[in-house]
Amino acid sequence: MKNINDKKQLLVSAIESGTVIDHIPAATLFKVIKILGLDKIKNQITFGTNLDSKTDGKKAIIKIAGKFFEDDDINRIALVAPNAKLNIIQDYKVTEKRVVEVPDTIIAIAKCMNPKCITNFEKVTTRFRVVSKKPVALKCQYCEKITDQERLEII
Amino acid sequence: MKTRSLVSIDDLTTEEIIKILDLAAEFEKNPVQDILRGKVVATLFFEPSTRTRLSFESAVNKLGGKVIGFTDSSNSSVTKGETLNDTIRTVNNYVDLIVMRHPIEGSARYASEIATVPVINAGDGANQHPTQTMLDLYSILKTQGTLDNLNICMVGDLKYGRTVHSLLMAMSRWKTSFNFVAPEELMMPDEYKLYLKNLGLEYYETIDLNEVINMTDIVYMTRVQRERFSDPMEYEKVKNAYVLQENMLAETKPGMKILHPLPRVNEISTDVDSNNKAYYFEQALNGVYTRQAIISTLLGLK
Repeated sequence: MKNINDKKQLLVSAIESGTVIDHIPAATLFKVIKILGLDKIKNQITFGTNLDSKTDGKKAIIKIAGKFFEDDDINRIALVAPNAKLNIIQDYKVTEKRVVEVPDTIIAIAKCMNPKCITNFEKVTTRFRVVSKKPVALKCQYCEKITDQERLEII
Repeated sequence: MKTRSLVSIDDLTTEEIIKILDLAAEFEKNPVQDILRGKVVATLFFEPSTRTRLSFESAVNKLGGKVIGFTDSSNSSVTKGETLNDTIRTVNNYVDLIVMRHPIEGSARYASEIATVPVINAGDGANQHPTQTMLDLYSILKTQGTLDNLNICMVGDLKYGRTVHSLLMAMSRWKTSFNFVAPEELMMPDEYKLYLKNLGLEYYETIDLNEVINMTDIVYMTRVQRERFSDPMEYEKVKNAYVLQENMLAETKPGMKILHPLPRVNEISTDVDSNNKAYYFEQALNGVYTRQAIISTLLGLK
């Protein structure tokens, strides 16, 4: 058991081509899966969670075969996995590394923390302007209240 | 093409605000015009607000338009469970402009996205009430002759008061200094103070109105409500500390005016009403001219 965390040993098997998303906080893995719609695609996906990380405590990793993300798509996970790192894999080799960045507007991902907001009463797509990226603070387009990192809930 | 709505005072540029205030002055000189002939305006009041509704209806009637609507959601389709989305889509077919008051925050912005006619927010919960802010600005401009370099003293419930927050944000477009007078529990929230600080505008906080009343150009009174206090004892202690009395006005500036969004309960003693510094009833009248200006601007008639 001792070498289970040995860097050389792959806990999640390698992919030939596709995207590896690393440094996802273990606690938000399933939110990342949902935000990216990974539960609805046919690609081969492997993931590991509760892996030890030197920097993040318990982390998760996702490997998606044959899938490459646009920046706009991948940045949507920045709310729940701000330190996520992407490795783009071609022919078993990392050909590109990317980080995620919180976008300027957040649409249909977050829930407004204001219980009196219209978005919590009717089927309204939530829209926020990002007023601060670190820590995250979102201003609701409707009730104009701020939802901060602590009260952030993903729909 | 999306028409223009007024949901939040921030929807207007400073230039547009000035233009509307100038137009309100024109309507004050000539309030009865026939520019809305053939137009129908809906006043959808999902919660009652008699003053605001009558002011809007007066504004429309004086311009020759017709008003349809409801005064309280209990006698509308809302009680049958209709969504706001459906109500707005339907009413949108009947009218040229919608005035809406609704208890849920953000409802006005949502309605403005659904409607193809302009929507005027007449209050969405604790969020925005831009026509109140516009009539406050008009009252200040009219009584002081300028919006620049004024000292404004806000009194009462500064923590929850929607009108004072909107007025603060609006007046921060000019070089304004602020005095905040409130009990400890109802002080101006930090986010607004930070906002002023970042703009380099001055403010001063105190619990004693007498300390600042003589240096100010505008005293903006609001009601301290019992239900805002977590401790009823606290309310009993402060409830009479924020009542404006006639004898407090003796040393105030000659041009100073007292504003209040109304309804007043006891925070301005009735002996103040006959003092020429009392301006709250004229302020309510200004609401008609300001709303005439806003309606005709949004409909592209002026």
